[in-house]
Amino acid sequence: MSENSIALIFAFPLFGAVLCALVGRKSRNLCHPIAVASLAGALWGGIETLRRVIASEANEVSYYFGGWNADAYPRGVGIEFRADYLGTLIMLVVVGVAFLVAIYSKLPVAEETPEKEGSFYTLFLLQVTGLAGICLTGDAFNLYVLIEVAALTGYGLIAMGSARAAAATFNYVILGTIGASFYLLGVGYVYMKTGTLNMVGIQEVITADGLADSAAMQVAFVFICLGVLIKMAFFPFHAWLPNAYFHAPTATSSLLAPLVTKVMIYVMIRMTLTVFGVDFSFENTLWTEVIPWLVVIAIVCAATMALAQRDVKKMLTYLIVAEVGYMVGGIWVYNYYGFIGSIFHVISDACMTLCLFLGVGIILRKRKTTHFDGLRGLFRKMPFTMGGFFVGGFSIIGLPPTCGFFSKWYLITGGMLAERWEYMVALMFSTMVMVVLFFRLIERIHLAVTESGENIGHGHGDLALPDSETFFDEAHWTMLVPLLLSASVVLVIGIFNQDIVNLIQDFLEPFDLPKGTDR
Amino acid sequence: MRAVSEADSSIMFGEDGLLNELLVERFNYCVYVVLLLIGLYAMIAKNNLIKKLIGMSIFQTAIILFYVSIGVKEGGTIPIYVAEHDPHGNHAEHAAHPEEANATEGSEENATTATASHEADHGHHAPRSLTDEETSGYANPLPHVLMLTAIVVGVATLGVALALTQRIYRAYGTIEEDAVLAAILAEDAATVIPDVLSTKPKRAKAKSRKAKQA
Repeated sequence: MSENSIALIFAFPLFGAVLCALVGRKSRNLCHPIAVASLAGALWGGIETLRRVIASEANEVSYYFGGWNADAYPRGVGIEFRADYLGTLIMLVVVGVAFLVAIYSKLPVAEETPEKEGSFYTLFLLQVTGLAGICLTGDAFNLYVLIEVAALTGYGLIAMGSARAAAATFNYVILGTIGASFYLLGVGYVYMKTGTLNMVGIQEVITADGLADSAAMQVAFVFICLGVLIKMAFFPFHAWLPNAYFHAPTATSSLLAPLVTKVMIYVMIRMTLTVFGVDFSFENTLWTEVIPWLVVIAIVCAATMALAQRDVKKMLTYLIVAEVGYMVGGIWVYNYYGFIGSIFHVISDACMTLCLFLGVGIILRKRKTTHFDGLRGLFRKMPFTMGGFFVGGFSIIGLPPTCGFFSKWYLITGGMLAERWEYMVALMFSTMVMVVLFFRLIERIHLAVTESGENIGHGHGDLALPDSETFFDEAHWTMLVPLLLSASVVLVIGIFNQDIVNLIQDFLEPFDLPKGTDR
Repeated sequence: MRAVSEADSSIMFGEDGLLNELLVERFNYCVYVVLLLIGLYAMIAKNNLIKKLIGMSIFQTAIILFYVSIGVKEGGTIPIYVAEHDPHGNHAEHAAHPEEANATEGSEENATTATASHEADHGHHAPRSLTDEETSGYANPLPHVLMLTAIVVGVATLGVALALTQRIYRAYGTIEEDAVLAAILAEDAATVIPDVLSTKPKRAKAKSRKAKQA
């Protein structure tokens, strides 16, 4: 059982999806338990894989589907799935987030997309299969297929919402296809020059044949990076994201918002470190000069646009765009600590974004709107929900001991050691914007303050509330428990950050990244 | 590579000239770039949603053409084992020359063990990589196989996009992008935020900023 743990991570959701599709028509109520159970199985497989990776000598475990193992065949024959610390940690985040969202989704799915439970959970589980597969695959073309699996199911999940969601999804389809196709083109050029699709194999051929100066490889690198940047909604290419996630059904946006952009950041880290190699990615290209400045523009613009929103959910979608800027910056300042920050931020940002979106889903269900005007007096009604929501908000701001503080700490350290002051300034600016955003929310949620800042409740702020609105009215436990769990994960990752950072350091050690200012 | 001869025109028109390289040697790649750009233009600039999707198909087809071009080899044939590399062909060979096989294995072993070890060496059930000489007549099948997957992905994407177009048409009665956007703006302007706690008449607020980004 244990030696197949990598395969089980995919087997459980894949067969769960098939099962959901089969029983979905007849007995809709079975779909939710099937989804939760299969994701629990996948979570077990993920934890087992992490245990094996830690126990293994080389800190990585390979799995060959169909028995095309490396002992009998040359590398590159057959598709290898390779679990190292980077992939395993992010895969665990994917499966864990999906597990919590699956529990949470029972009520929102039944209410927002009635009669469609079967197709919803089918797409949901396939989405998780695709995202977890991206984290573990060791084959460049297989990565493309899994990106498209995740994208296609994502289109379906988002479009299940209103007609507005369908219109937003159309833009997502167009941009997502351009991004994935650029990636595919890049892989074509890589294959042309190296003759292999195995990620480690590509790296070996680049080193052995000295392909660093090859024009075709440079073109491949540009295409792959551009494709991944479009898919991760990096600032100039972000246009598809806010509307798609805003109009998506609650359960969909709770699943996609924490995961999709982060997994694409993972792809960028994987491409720069493992596939093309540090020398090729950072020493020979102009990108290390240009991208940090693009990151600055991205962070500042996205944070400013978030500041302009009057709707919590919409505001959070712009925060995602800003966070993407953080992580891309952490990679391209080209510093050891920047990479630690980037990888750790992928993990912590997924957890805190999950926390916030779960909270927003509850607000939307109770108040039928996520506009700022609909927030007043929420704390009195739902103290636990709002407590969990605030933990996510504090983590986005970066208050200790939440995980957001530590990941931002490493990002800023990386920017400082690489002498990328502009990146540091952008991070500080964005932090201040987030302080404004969340304290504005906290003010509205606690007090009965109107849009114009006028306090309609004299004295304690809630006197003006109608009697019917002041009683304790907490969210249903299937929604509250995942939110509180995700909030405690945010705190636990923050408190035990050193253990995770140690694993990330073990992963980064062989890559010989610059640790100080001596670039 | 390109010979720079005394006449400047040969850079353009000579045997190794630029024009020769682009139009004869790299013709496939030029076509793929042109198709790629046509598709990209249609996807971004066209107003009609169906025309955008046509652009998307052209875009994806261009990439398929690129991959297929990588795998083409002049005079190459489909990569199927020819008889002398076939395991069953080997069996026939053994049957025809049993004494020859024994001779190569060494005289002290009897005939049955020699045949068995010979079979193990050849690895009937564990295929080996073919040598360069053996594969010289084959075209590389991998790019074509990859494109089968990419075609499937493209069809699926197109299907999803067409279904979305149908939904947009049902909701807004048009598939012109600017008309859809106008309908969305009108919808936003008419939206009143339901304020459950309102103690005084709430002003209807046009969320113009939000609409702008839609």
